[in-house]
Amino acid sequence: MLYREAGQFKTTYGADQAIFPIPQDRWVVYAVIALAFVAVPSVANEYWLQAILIPALVFTLAAIGLNLLTGYCGQLSLGTGGFMACGAYATYKLSTAFPEMNILIVFLLSGIPAAAVGCLFGIPSLRIKGFYLAVATLAAQFFLVWLFNRVEWFYNYNPSGTITAPPRTMGGFMVTGPEATAEARYLVALGFVALFALLAKNLMRGRVGRAWMAIRDMDIAAEIIGIRPLTTKLAAFAVSSYVCGVAGALYFAIYLGSVETAAFDISVSFLVLFMVIIGGLGSILGSILGAFFITVVPILLTNVPEALGLPIGVALAKQLENIVFGAMIVFFLIVEPHGLARLWQIAKEKLRRWPFPY
Amino acid sequence: MDALYHVLISPFVDMATQPVFFAEVVIGGLMAGVMYALVALGFAVIFKASGVVNFAQGAMVLFAALTLVGFMEHGLPSWAAIPMTIVVMIALAYAIERVILRHLVNQPHIVLFMTTIGLAFVFEGLGELIWGSNVKALDIGIPDQPFFVGGMLLNQFEIFAAVTAAILVTLLVIFLQKTAIGRALRAVADDHQAAQSVGIPLQTIWVVVWSVAGFIALVAGVMWGAQSGVQFSLSLIAFKALPVLILGGFNSIPGAIVGGLIIGVGEKVAEIYWGPIIGGAIENWFAYVLAMVFLMFRPQGLFGEKIIERV
Repeated sequence: MLYREAGQFKTTYGADQAIFPIPQDRWVVYAVIALAFVAVPSVANEYWLQAILIPALVFTLAAIGLNLLTGYCGQLSLGTGGFMACGAYATYKLSTAFPEMNILIVFLLSGIPAAAVGCLFGIPSLRIKGFYLAVATLAAQFFLVWLFNRVEWFYNYNPSGTITAPPRTMGGFMVTGPEATAEARYLVALGFVALFALLAKNLMRGRVGRAWMAIRDMDIAAEIIGIRPLTTKLAAFAVSSYVCGVAGALYFAIYLGSVETAAFDISVSFLVLFMVIIGGLGSILGSILGAFFITVVPILLTNVPEALGLPIGVALAKQLENIVFGAMIVFFLIVEPHGLARLWQIAKEKLRRWPFPY
Repeated sequence: MDALYHVLISPFVDMATQPVFFAEVVIGGLMAGVMYALVALGFAVIFKASGVVNFAQGAMVLFAALTLVGFMEHGLPSWAAIPMTIVVMIALAYAIERVILRHLVNQPHIVLFMTTIGLAFVFEGLGELIWGSNVKALDIGIPDQPFFVGGMLLNQFEIFAAVTAAILVTLLVIFLQKTAIGRALRAVADDHQAAQSVGIPLQTIWVVVWSVAGFIALVAGVMWGAQSGVQFSLSLIAFKALPVLILGGFNSIPGAIVGGLIIGVGEKVAEIYWGPIIGGAIENWFAYVLAMVFLMFRPQGLFGEKIIERV
């Protein structure tokens, strides 16, 4: 009833191939975007923006990056943290070396070194796959973090070994550094997420995305129908690492402000992987849902018992978080291997005929 | 030129001029390798029997060690605590089969792999929730005295670890090759359907396999716990076991041992002779890069079966 598309006739191929062919979908998306850009920054307070929305948006971007590689191209990667670190350190080096460069351009440029490194560590994917590849990408994770920790050039010979986002303005507003307001940083993060979500969605609807999905579904068969595994897989690694690199740049400059290499350790890689799994492999919407879900759950786990009058310690909350996280992963893989995105699809199917029986 | 000399020549000069020190480094590496191999064995057993890469093996090591220490802290002597822990691990194997594996028959391997990552989190949280997250000492009377052989400093503990590993491997090989359950297990690994059609109960086999892996986890947990205390970082040794497995071949028990030794020695030698040149602490990533380079040339590992793909 609410979601019925009966009577909506499409008269052009363009209308048929739109990202959201159904007007209800389209209006909901427009509304969400408008809400996110206009209503949220004027309503939400500092805590909401800094503790929930900004990290969720940054991780959404990272999850989109990983989803391109793991969800669409089928190459399991545990090196996300390393690729994000590439982006973060590239941002730091670029913004300190060229102080007058627009910070948004710095963010976009800093994905390029990450893409190059991703290509390099993607080379083993030509010979190995599945969990063998996962181990090979662990090499990227551990090597890159070690590299940024050891080579002092990356943090400008700073004795503390931390990198701090330099204050930069954009159109008169501070967007990085300690002076920047949470609203400004939120809007930058949101802008990047919206841009990359749109780009990723379109990339996956075209020739490139189809080639990646063919490789995912069966690489030998894909090769036989004329898809080159070399260029396809390396392109997937490059694009995915690029997006992850930009996410790392935002993670450093927009969310945390100052980081050490420890901020990019293996747990970040797992966190992003979980977002992709819980959200839904091979779905952009899933990346967004998964990132928000995984960012919000720990906050709920620490706050809900308190609100119910059952104060629990920090250690206990951490352990419960581990158990609930793990159990959720297992539960999702058993019950709904396609994640939250699939649940949303099922809900839409139900809404089509609700409240009538058929 | 100078840099090349330091990378290519001077480490070997050091090795040649101080052979005793070099031998000590190699032996230290072999011992570390035995410890890696103990963890890797658990992975190899489960992979051999069900094709699942059990990422939770490291967490199982932590859980087994925590359980053992927990029982001993409640006043149980070690001869009673160890069987109790084994019972707990078997119960856990049963629960895993019942709650998880049964529902994931015929799923792609990668789904099972990711399930075990989730399982690892549950184990870590559960172990710490029940037994607390402090670092605990584990002392079940393993001798730990240094002694000299031909000018080299050795440690009784390391000898003990090596002997334990040897016994464990012998037992495993006998179990897999000579007993009826072992044969059934290999049949399941070969072909689920064919094994079922000749009357092998798939579910029992899985419980057995996970119990065996739990037992290996306990042994590894005892050795690691006695060496460096029972603490959260035990679960991280799973990361070190992965390159070991890749090097040795995922479905090979001798491979796990040989891979462990290679990684152990390679890591120690690289750290001591090449580490200072490029900034130290290369132990963190050396094993992975070694495994990655190795995979480019031999994707199935040293002892693994050749990977055959069909459309």
